[in-house]
Amino acid sequence: MNALTRSPVWRGTAWLFGRLGLSGRGLVIAIPMLWFLVFFLVPFFVLGRISLAEPRIALPPYTPLFERGPDGSLQIIASLENYWFLWEDALYRNAYLSSIRIAVISTVFALLIGYPIAYYIARSPEPRQSILLLMVILPFWTSFLLRVYAWMGFLRREGVINNMLMSMGVIDTPLVMLQTDFAVLIGIVYTYLPFMILPLYANLTKLDSAHLEAAADLGASPMVTFFTVTLPLSMPGIIAGSMLVFIPAIGEYVIPALLGGPDTLMIGRVLWDEFFSSRDWPVASAVAIVMLVLVVAPIMWLQSVQNRRELD
Amino acid sequence: MARGWFLPVAVVLGFVFLYAPIISLVVFSFNESRLVTVWGGFSTRWYGELLRDRQILGAAWISLQVAFASATVATAIGTLAAFVLTRFGGFRGRLLLTGMATAPLVMPEVITGLSLLLLFVSMELTLGWPAGRGLTTIIIAHTTFCAAFVAVIAQSRLRDMDESLEEAARDLGAGPVRVFFDITLPVIAPALVAGWLLAFTLSLDDLVIASFVSGPGASTLPMVIFSKVRLGVSPDVNALATIIIGIVAVSVVTAGVLIRRRAKREG
Repeated sequence: MNALTRSPVWRGTAWLFGRLGLSGRGLVIAIPMLWFLVFFLVPFFVLGRISLAEPRIALPPYTPLFERGPDGSLQIIASLENYWFLWEDALYRNAYLSSIRIAVISTVFALLIGYPIAYYIARSPEPRQSILLLMVILPFWTSFLLRVYAWMGFLRREGVINNMLMSMGVIDTPLVMLQTDFAVLIGIVYTYLPFMILPLYANLTKLDSAHLEAAADLGASPMVTFFTVTLPLSMPGIIAGSMLVFIPAIGEYVIPALLGGPDTLMIGRVLWDEFFSSRDWPVASAVAIVMLVLVVAPIMWLQSVQNRRELD
Repeated sequence: MARGWFLPVAVVLGFVFLYAPIISLVVFSFNESRLVTVWGGFSTRWYGELLRDRQILGAAWISLQVAFASATVATAIGTLAAFVLTRFGGFRGRLLLTGMATAPLVMPEVITGLSLLLLFVSMELTLGWPAGRGLTTIIIAHTTFCAAFVAVIAQSRLRDMDESLEEAARDLGAGPVRVFFDITLPVIAPALVAGWLLAFTLSLDDLVIASFVSGPGASTLPMVIFSKVRLGVSPDVNALATIIIGIVAVSVVTAGVLIRRRAKREG
């Protein structure tokens, strides 16, 4: 490394940047900053601008923002028509509402299933704790698409669950499970469960056992201790885990496309169809902007919880 | 809650829920019958069919290239972002960078995919670059969200790291560049390897964003699998899933064992 910093190329570059008023520090900040600005933040402005355009059959398939009028003056063409269209059409309204409903229900179930697991892992002695944690993370490393696909084989008419229940004589006719909202819920809870467990575990493992002992010494039963001490103290973990499930679930496309029925309305799927089937880019952009507005508040909440955790 | 039957039962059921579908996927990949969930005897014929499927092999090659490139660039950018956020104290735009480096983690994929596609189209119209869409645009898109994941992992490692090592090097006269490459980087290297691996698998796995930003002739593996699976279950996809799960399980368990051994030796 020393050889590099002493080389003439390095020194020359450093001198040049110095003359341009750029410090090494500024340059180091600039690289990630510019990357995220150009490829994460700016795209949202492009999205917003195209949501105000009108579709047309051309390349690109939307009207430009500026156009020369007949008298040569520059005109701005922008309309809120796409948003009005979303508001008026019951399909879009229902898709947003149904996405929120499905995301809320799956978040609640992920919490109910994930909390006991996180609690148990956090209270386990080593090496069991590490092994269980690894087992929670392992499915997250395998393909998400293939894990959703696995549920197709589980839930379908001739699937594993129906075959098992029929051979045990519990049911006579196969249950309809695939292509229902129920299947979508299972898919979302299944996929995002590790996202719920990990922040909860991180929170519960830091819980000071002195609090629990104090509560027990004061005569609280384990049940009372849990609801009055553990649960309130684990609130930051609950919020972080819930937001990590809720936010991506809102815009989920693959799960409703593979496990849901034709009547399973989710906004991610509507956006996909609007873009790939109807090829209406401006309406698809408007759908995305409204979805963005829906998830901004939860994202801010998540970040404030995480910032607080860092300060502690 | 710590005692009694409730907790162990809930945990066992939770793990059954997590693993049963994966196990059935693996079991039925060795099924002779085309009807994926009806057992027709042991067979490896679907693995043979998979290896003869040129479309899948081609897509797998594209996906590997994309994943390798995005994971590498994402590790560089994510590490820089993490370093800046943990070591540079206050600077203008700090809050903005924090937000931009975490929001991609949870941003619904359809929004990211569509907005990036629109950016690429606008850039092509105004700047002439990127010309068309394909490997490059997928790599840029994947790099962006993978860098956010690397940044999270690197940040937590940088926070846990003993800063007195860096201070000592500075006191001995090392410049900031030398401190970073000789002290900081070697210490956080295991976390960066973990970050690279995570970025690699995330890129390999992405369907939605790639579908938006890819062009003709650049179909990634998930895109091909998705178009197959949409029409119903298909046994060669089970075989493919088993291979992927096998590779992942072996490497994650190996990494886990190695890290434990190292921790034991040092502790």
